[in-house]
Amino acid sequence: MKVGLFIPCYVDQFYPQVGIATYQLLEKLGVRADFPVKQTCCGQPMANTGCEQDAKPVYRHFVDTFQGYDYVVAPSGSCVYHVRKHYDVVEQTGAVQHVRQATYDLFDFITSVLGVTELPGRFPHQVGLHLSCHGQRGLHQANESEMTPVRDGQLSRLLRSLDGLTLTELSRNDECCGFGGTFCITEEAVSARMGQDRVQDHLQHGTQVLTGGDMSCLMHLQGIVRRRQLPMRVLHAVEIFNVALQPSGTSVSTFVPQSTTAERV
Amino acid sequence: MSHPQRAAAFTSDAERTTWHDETLWFVRQKRDKAVYAIPEFQELRQLASDIKEHTLSRLDEYLEQFEQNARANGVQVHWAADAEEHNRIVLDIMRGVGATSLVKSKSMLTEECHLNPYLIKNGIAVVDTDLGERIVQLREEAPSHLVLPAIHLKKEDVGETFHVHLGTPKGEKDPQNLTEAARRHLREKFLIGQVAITGVNFAIAETGAVVVCTNEGNADLGVNLAQVHIACMGMEKLIPRTADLGVFTRLLARSATGQPVTTYTSHFAKPAEGRQMHIVIVDNGRTRQLGRPDFRNSLKCIRCGACMNTCPVYRRSGGHSYDFTVPGPIGAILSPNIDMRQHSSLPFASTLCGSCTDVCPVKIDIHAQLYKWRQIIAQEGELPVSKKLGMKLLSSVLARPAIYRFGGKIAREGLRFLPHALTHATAFNPWAKARELPEAPKQSFRDWYQQTVK
Ligand code: SF4
Repeated sequence: MKVGLFIPCYVDQFYPQVGIATYQLLEKLGVRADFPVKQTCCGQPMANTGCEQDAKPVYRHFVDTFQGYDYVVAPSGSCVYHVRKHYDVVEQTGAVQHVRQATYDLFDFITSVLGVTELPGRFPHQVGLHLSCHGQRGLHQANESEMTPVRDGQLSRLLRSLDGLTLTELSRNDECCGFGGTFCITEEAVSARMGQDRVQDHLQHGTQVLTGGDMSCLMHLQGIVRRRQLPMRVLHAVEIFNVALQPSGTSVSTFVPQSTTAERV
Repeated sequence: MSHPQRAAAFTSDAERTTWHDETLWFVRQKRDKAVYAIPEFQELRQLASDIKEHTLSRLDEYLEQFEQNARANGVQVHWAADAEEHNRIVLDIMRGVGATSLVKSKSMLTEECHLNPYLIKNGIAVVDTDLGERIVQLREEAPSHLVLPAIHLKKEDVGETFHVHLGTPKGEKDPQNLTEAARRHLREKFLIGQVAITGVNFAIAETGAVVVCTNEGNADLGVNLAQVHIACMGMEKLIPRTADLGVFTRLLARSATGQPVTTYTSHFAKPAEGRQMHIVIVDNGRTRQLGRPDFRNSLKCIRCGACMNTCPVYRRSGGHSYDFTVPGPIGAILSPNIDMRQHSSLPFASTLCGSCTDVCPVKIDIHAQLYKWRQIIAQEGELPVSKKLGMKLLSSVLARPAIYRFGGKIAREGLRFLPHALTHATAFNPWAKARELPEAPKQSFRDWYQQTVK
């Protein structure tokens, strides 16, 4: 099985530890992923701004980069959703069709392709899961409150399988965080308010570590947590799994908030 | 003013924003409870969507069938190509019977056509009889929600409005007392209404009857007391058969407020002895929307308001921030059809979270249409220049890995070495108003990979 790793542009530049954890977690699960260095971005930021036409060369570059792989895996439901759903505007060559259906969100890949639904390991903290809308409503990785009262999904199952981990029960289980790509700039006021409300829900219900499968939502929420200096750590879920599955000896205590003051730049 | 500007003004009152968000979320939760209780709810949505798709696919035939049957019932049917013609038809009917006073139950169509100001200018006294509509009418405001027109107002605001216009005691804010005052006030108005206008929720092709759903019974009261009934409808309100109606009435109230059914579901088929009934069928841009393959199914909308209640942006920016008769997600896909330039910011007033699509009882793919309108708005050159140039530049960088790597490094190092005050200056960087930027690492992932793995 040839697996290509897609690390979204902003993760590559600002959250390398998420990329590293993705690589290492896959390795622990027996998958040696390859990272083709000519990759850039999936094109979503342009397309969501209305510039789908301008994004076409980026789409072609993505397909060109990944067409030789059996699976393309990314720690970001949002990018995956974009490739699958919106790469319909370029000519549907064999390569394009292959890449569209071979691109997986990391946790979908772990659950559906590798068939892993439980992970051994320990993470004795209260964890609040932020569901990304593209992962949940777009890729159907979790149940939706619009349809059913049952709160279940791939990522919450994997998290629950860790020893000692408690998941936070939120008032609003799947409200959008307000990131929304360029929305976070063009509609700054509403975006910030939405993020503040999400963070508040977690704070009120005891979240120590705020996590999710999409670093873009988390970047936005983390920005608010750090601005308000809240006692909450923000981590991509892959970081949690990678540390929980660490061969013994590595301490996890560095992952809990140490004081009420989050560190500053 | 664009949506972001009006939204920023709304959120600047943090307390009111919290209240508005929570009030509408409460309605969304009531809807959830009602929906969870119906095991076949998703099948009902599909059925409703299919019936509407079918009807839209042969709308011309159903319209003619409807007209024929209505005429056979003794109803006078009028066709209006646009808002202006609609308003003129209503005025002509009123003048024809020498009427000068009108009572009107809830009708978004007449709001869309701006009928009230037109009639008032022509010497007609108009009274909205839906409580919420009456409140906003007294305040000379537009409704801020399809189903809950005065939802932007707290009971204190209503108390003040009634104090000024209806003479209730200053400071009175007890909802029961205020409702009583409104009821007394409206009863008088009903008695002098010579003509009654109602909206139309559903028009049944096979019978020529129209169905009006209300919770207050004000449509029935108005129609039964007046000599003339005018029912105003957009041409997309049709359903083929009476047998189809139950699908929609089960969905409408549950989606709107979580009620199993609206309190009144009134059928109007023909005029009473010695009275008149008119139906005005309005296009006003609907044919144009029907001709847009990507957007035609927005005409399936039954105006339940569920997409507003669920929309995290609407709840935090208020109905007036959309500056269009139909606010919220559905308004954002209907408005560019009417005037793309004026409403160009609305399709961007969304994170594309998709919740609207998932609550919509007739399965309109609202968030997908928002995305598609963005593409059209950009192509027609209605994007702000800064956005457009930025995206062109971004795209050319992202298609060229070497430049991309170089640019990323500059951005990252800039963040690492420039002072916080500069990188977070809100004049250049709206992100930083309420948020910290990510901490810049020394090394990118690709640097790590190339050093460690390769
Ligand atoms: S678009 Fe759907 S959810 Fe929104 S008002 Fe219309 S029918 Fe209701």
